[in-house]
Amino acid sequence: MKTEPVISVSALDLYYGEFQALKQVPMEVKGRHITALIGPSGCGKSTLLRALNRMNDLIAGVRVSGSILLEGRDIYAPGTDVCLLRKRVGMVFQRPNPFPLSIYDNVAFGLRVAGMRDGNAVEEIVERSLKAAWLWDQLKDKLGQSALELPLDQQQRLCVARLLAVEPEVILMDEPCSALDPIATARIEELMLDLKAKYTIVIVTHNMQQAARISDYSGYMLLGEMIEFGATAGIFTSPKDKRTQDYVSGRYG
Amino acid sequence: MNLNGEKIAKYALMTVAFSAVASLLLIAVFIFKEGLPFMFKVGLRDFLFASDWDPMAGKYGIYPMIVASLWVTLGAMLIGAPLGVAGAIFLNEFVPKPVMRVIKPTIELLAGIPSVVFGFLGVMVLAPWIRATMGGPGLSVLAASVILGIMVLPTVISISTDAIGAVPNSYREGALALGATRWQSVYMVTIKAARSGIIASIILAMGRALGETMAVIMVAGNTVKIPHSVTDPVRTLTANIALEMANATGMAREALFATGVVLFVVIMILNGVALSTIKGRVRRK
Repeated sequence: MKTEPVISVSALDLYYGEFQALKQVPMEVKGRHITALIGPSGCGKSTLLRALNRMNDLIAGVRVSGSILLEGRDIYAPGTDVCLLRKRVGMVFQRPNPFPLSIYDNVAFGLRVAGMRDGNAVEEIVERSLKAAWLWDQLKDKLGQSALELPLDQQQRLCVARLLAVEPEVILMDEPCSALDPIATARIEELMLDLKAKYTIVIVTHNMQQAARISDYSGYMLLGEMIEFGATAGIFTSPKDKRTQDYVSGRYG
Repeated sequence: MNLNGEKIAKYALMTVAFSAVASLLLIAVFIFKEGLPFMFKVGLRDFLFASDWDPMAGKYGIYPMIVASLWVTLGAMLIGAPLGVAGAIFLNEFVPKPVMRVIKPTIELLAGIPSVVFGFLGVMVLAPWIRATMGGPGLSVLAASVILGIMVLPTVISISTDAIGAVPNSYREGALALGATRWQSVYMVTIKAARSGIIASIILAMGRALGETMAVIMVAGNTVKIPHSVTDPVRTLTANIALEMANATGMAREALFATGVVLFVVIMILNGVALSTIKGRVRRK
């Protein structure tokens, strides 16, 4: 059972109108591990990530074929509850995007969306989530303050806390550090390693060092294809494909 | 040579801008100069809070008209604001972009329909309907509110649509990624983010409703009486000025300027209150 992948992608094709952004992509995401997607800009890694919680549905003219199984069930099957899917597979975006609400209301948002009305329970989960994102100590005295006044890395961790509140199974991160400085980046990376104990994480990054530092599995993508996928150590030290080797050694991309 | 051109352009624009502001100021000063002395001659209490308006007999109480203006404006807002904001939300969130590009200018064109046309519609269609279904003379607070509520729709929709459209897409994505439905993301995030623009649209609409004259004269009934029900006819402050100005001389003329002062002040107060609520709410959040 342990070895069963949480998410299993096979032969995924995705089109934006006429343009084919993903070509026959396979991927297996192992539970409670960090999987990194790397590759040059426009290679389809973000598109693949967004396919995993169906955020691509928001774009007009997107067509998908192939299958994405979340614990054995196809998330593109007709009748799938997309809201429920997105609660189970949460997402942290490239630019921190806290809502223009108070810190407290940001974290409580997902709970209220889910219809939780019990104030005490909400309060408890908000505290727990902020603690899990290492924000509680700094923010506990100013929960009523606007989230937009926080520094960027706290905003990004608030977005993580907001996600943890709804207890997702998988956390998707779309270049979560690209708007942050190196120190803030290091903090987010540490946080990810900490969260790995309880959550399955898939991260898109254009920072190869980051992928090497934090991920257990990596996939190298190029022009919509999954060139190579496997244990991170293998990808970075003994890539099987020439193109992967060129990329990770810095000769390309 | 080029620098001189810059200078000339700068001063020319400055002159235009200043004369625009100056002419507004002059108008305000003139109204106050004509109206204020009258208020003190008659006494504020006998002017603002007395219910008898009979310039021939030296009675200048405009209280019924103040009440009428407030009722009609409030009624127009009760009808126009929810409809307009709902329309703006619908246009932004649920209508495909190409369709919206057609609908929005169409709605803005509605603002160009002369108010007399709206008034005519009110007299011919709305008033008889109210008379038949709810009693009273038909020409009434209700008729005026409905007509004004429709007339302010383009203002509310257009400005609210812009405000909602300016909400970053990342807020929407964030809400949806947390499992929110489309509607939840609209009312829990988008509307809150666009709040100040939406309130601004309602303030502007309120100013328009309060200041509208022609359509109101046609459908409100123009009786100087404190209304007790929405089917009662009323005369608003603006209607009063327009109706009486033709044969107003001396004190009566000053009384109308004083009415103008009241309108001016009421609009200032409304805007002030609305603006401070925006600021207060932003700070509290």
